[in-house]
Amino acid sequence: MRIYLLGFILLAFSQFSSAAAKIEHWQTPQGSRVYFVRTEGLPMVDIQVVFDAGSSSDGQQFGLAALTADMLDTGAGTWNADEIAQRFESVGALFSVSSSIDMATVSLRTLTDKPLFDKALETMQVILTKPTFNEADFQREKNRTLAALKQQEESPAELASIDFYHALYGNHPYAHPESCVIKTVAALKSADLRHFYQKFYVAANAIVVIVGDLSKQQAEQTAEKLVAGLPVGKKPEGLPDVAMPLKSTQQHIEFPSSQTHVLVGLPGTYRKDPDYFNLYVGNHILGGSGLVSKLFNEVREKRGLAYSASSAFIPMLKPGPFIVSLQTRNDQTAQALQVLNQTLADFIAKGPTEAELIAAKKNITGGFAMRFDTNKKLANYVAMIGFYDMPLDYLDTFQQKVEQVTVTSITDAFKRRVNPQLLQTITVGKSTEKSAK
Amino acid sequence: MNKRLLCAVLLCLPVFTTNAETKVFEHTLANGLKILVKEDHRSPVAVSQVWYKVGSSYEPGGITGISHMLEHMMFKGTDKHPMGEFSRIIAENGGDENAFTGQDYTAYFQTMEASRLAVSFELEADRMRNLHLLPEELKKELQVVTEERRMRTDDNPQAKMQEHFMAMAYSNSPYKHPVIGWPADIANYTVEDLQAWYQRWYAPNNATLVVVGDVQPKAVFELAEKYFGELKPSDIKPLKPQTEIEQLGVRKMTVKVPAKLPSILMGYKVPVLKTAENEWEAYALEVLAGVLDGGSSARLSSDLVRGKQIAVSAGAGYGLTSRMSGLFELEATPAEGKTVSELETALKDEIKKLQENLISNEELQRIKAQVLASDIYQKDSGFYQAMQLGTLETVGLGWQKADEYVAKINQVTAEQVHDVARKYLIEDHLSIAYLDPQAINTTAEKKGAK
Repeated sequence: MRIYLLGFILLAFSQFSSAAAKIEHWQTPQGSRVYFVRTEGLPMVDIQVVFDAGSSSDGQQFGLAALTADMLDTGAGTWNADEIAQRFESVGALFSVSSSIDMATVSLRTLTDKPLFDKALETMQVILTKPTFNEADFQREKNRTLAALKQQEESPAELASIDFYHALYGNHPYAHPESCVIKTVAALKSADLRHFYQKFYVAANAIVVIVGDLSKQQAEQTAEKLVAGLPVGKKPEGLPDVAMPLKSTQQHIEFPSSQTHVLVGLPGTYRKDPDYFNLYVGNHILGGSGLVSKLFNEVREKRGLAYSASSAFIPMLKPGPFIVSLQTRNDQTAQALQVLNQTLADFIAKGPTEAELIAAKKNITGGFAMRFDTNKKLANYVAMIGFYDMPLDYLDTFQQKVEQVTVTSITDAFKRRVNPQLLQTITVGKSTEKSAK
Repeated sequence: MNKRLLCAVLLCLPVFTTNAETKVFEHTLANGLKILVKEDHRSPVAVSQVWYKVGSSYEPGGITGISHMLEHMMFKGTDKHPMGEFSRIIAENGGDENAFTGQDYTAYFQTMEASRLAVSFELEADRMRNLHLLPEELKKELQVVTEERRMRTDDNPQAKMQEHFMAMAYSNSPYKHPVIGWPADIANYTVEDLQAWYQRWYAPNNATLVVVGDVQPKAVFELAEKYFGELKPSDIKPLKPQTEIEQLGVRKMTVKVPAKLPSILMGYKVPVLKTAENEWEAYALEVLAGVLDGGSSARLSSDLVRGKQIAVSAGAGYGLTSRMSGLFELEATPAEGKTVSELETALKDEIKKLQENLISNEELQRIKAQVLASDIYQKDSGFYQAMQLGTLETVGLGWQKADEYVAKINQVTAEQVHDVARKYLIEDHLSIAYLDPQAINTTAEKKGAK
């Protein structure tokens, strides 16, 4: 901890010269990449095993990746779901499996006290390497997924999001929501999940992230133990490139809500994008900085049109969405959308002012330490760095890259990357005039 | 599945921390402002929170939600820092900021690099006494809050059911009102209403300043004296008790809203730490909640979701740190082909089992292990630790309760869980709401190129 802490202190004085977090990196004999940061002070550790096995690997069977992830802890080795849950919870460990568009993540938070740690780790290892995909568990989890999908349809926000991805990505694997659609989930068989697991949950396709109070040697043993039982396998083929939509479209879904949810955007940026920091800092000014962004100011502070109004680039393996969003009373939709589009158009045309850029840089660099001031946040950063194969000094050079951005570079990047002629607009709500006052 | 429900359950997990080594330092200024400081030197960051003893449970009829409305107006400027300056200054200092209102509190926070604590103190001290409340700003912000209500409640079937349920379950307790306020009340706040509310509750002797992070307690106390020391205290009038009357029989309601899935919400009137006849009863209810819903191995997941497969999700929740007595809630969504009435029977059977048989030693040990572990996990977040101290102090329990939590849970016996199940989880004190989904007709329309 001392060394780690010292790094932070130095940082405050000499901004770009010292390590933010010392990430140690190696490979297991099976070829899994391991990323380890030792933090002291609390007798706990966060472990993530991340696979390139998110919904973009679904193929035509939308929902396959998510349901495979959901099923992992319902039976493994000789244990059923109850026994697995008891093993974790009897030692106070927190275990979860989640999936997103790019990845599936198996996570464990546990105390480092040896008997507790060993029991939690063994359970995680068996789940990773010997899931059973039992038929009865499969039917139950499938039914729960189908119920959750049905429930999505009562939320205008979720409906808008599903339509938005579809409008942006057409036939690309990013087009369908990670939680999938009822028709394809209903058709899944447990054998499909087993095949998916065998193909994607392999050592060559896994990264292991360990952040917490373990020694290097313990971390090495932990990573080795977790993935040793996985076949080496191979990394999946890369995703196809994302094609920009050919023209701007606007879609409306009629829905009996009091607000209309508005989403505007297009495919934006990816993790290794040379324009990433221009787009990131630019968006921070436009709609990414909470209570002080331009969008927030125009939509909420000046006009009281919405509770939240924001924009974001979601960088992924391939260009993830650039999303501008707000929700407003149905009869104000046209006005709110006009303000949104005008604010965006002005920003693309003129870029930020020098003063806005200075303020944004101060906010980002001044709050830099807060990006990873807990083990949990740090573990998520390290997982991002590992999964997207970013340089290990990503955090160390982060502030420098932010400082290098200029008004010109932002304006130039937005002009090239956010073409107003290609924006996709989704509205979900009740279109009747003067409704739902 | 059902993320909303999960969140509700998580919120009810233990909100405490204990460890004799992590000391809380306390100091009170001459004007009554209480300051709590906890050191955490793991990173060069500090969170600073100002907690006011006021929230929706303080509000009389006609102006429900006014605490939350005032929270919004607190960002609208003072003489020294006109509209927009507060957030601009915090942002320029790399800070994160926001505010939240609950039934029993209103709180404001900034997280910043620890050396900039003075920036946050200066701004918070200024708006504690010198807020501008202007009609044109109120008019706009009223629209914002109305939009917030639409988003959080009006267009959310589960939230809407919860709101109607609370209004039925409580007879005269102010907990029957939603924190955000009833629509007609929101629409009719005046500047005078807000001014009166601000004058009445925003004073150093009605506030607690909590700082957790890379700080030295003595330096924080000095800094607080410098910025808050000059503020004048107010004469804070005590609240009327508004103690809930005894419920004399089960209450049931149906909530018909556009939705896709039915669900059921049940709540028993129960005491909390502040109101329990014996303090252990609140801790025993906390353990009971853990028996039903302390993870995937707990009874609701194991018996109803997996065993009987009668529910696609099921949860239980109890919060023991509120200012007044509350509800022990059960919530569940039936599996395809099952009904809410079958689910009601199954949930009541679970309660009956707790009343008839002692919980197993494994269950009790599991809950104690979880409490011990989460006590350590919580220390990963300074914000969370500050939240605990602020909540306990603001509801009048005192922050010291945080230090007792693990020990008190460890003392709970299977017999005590059995006792509280029999004493409090009784039919006459039960309220039930059924969500009856109404058809949603959606149609899509493509407008083509703009």
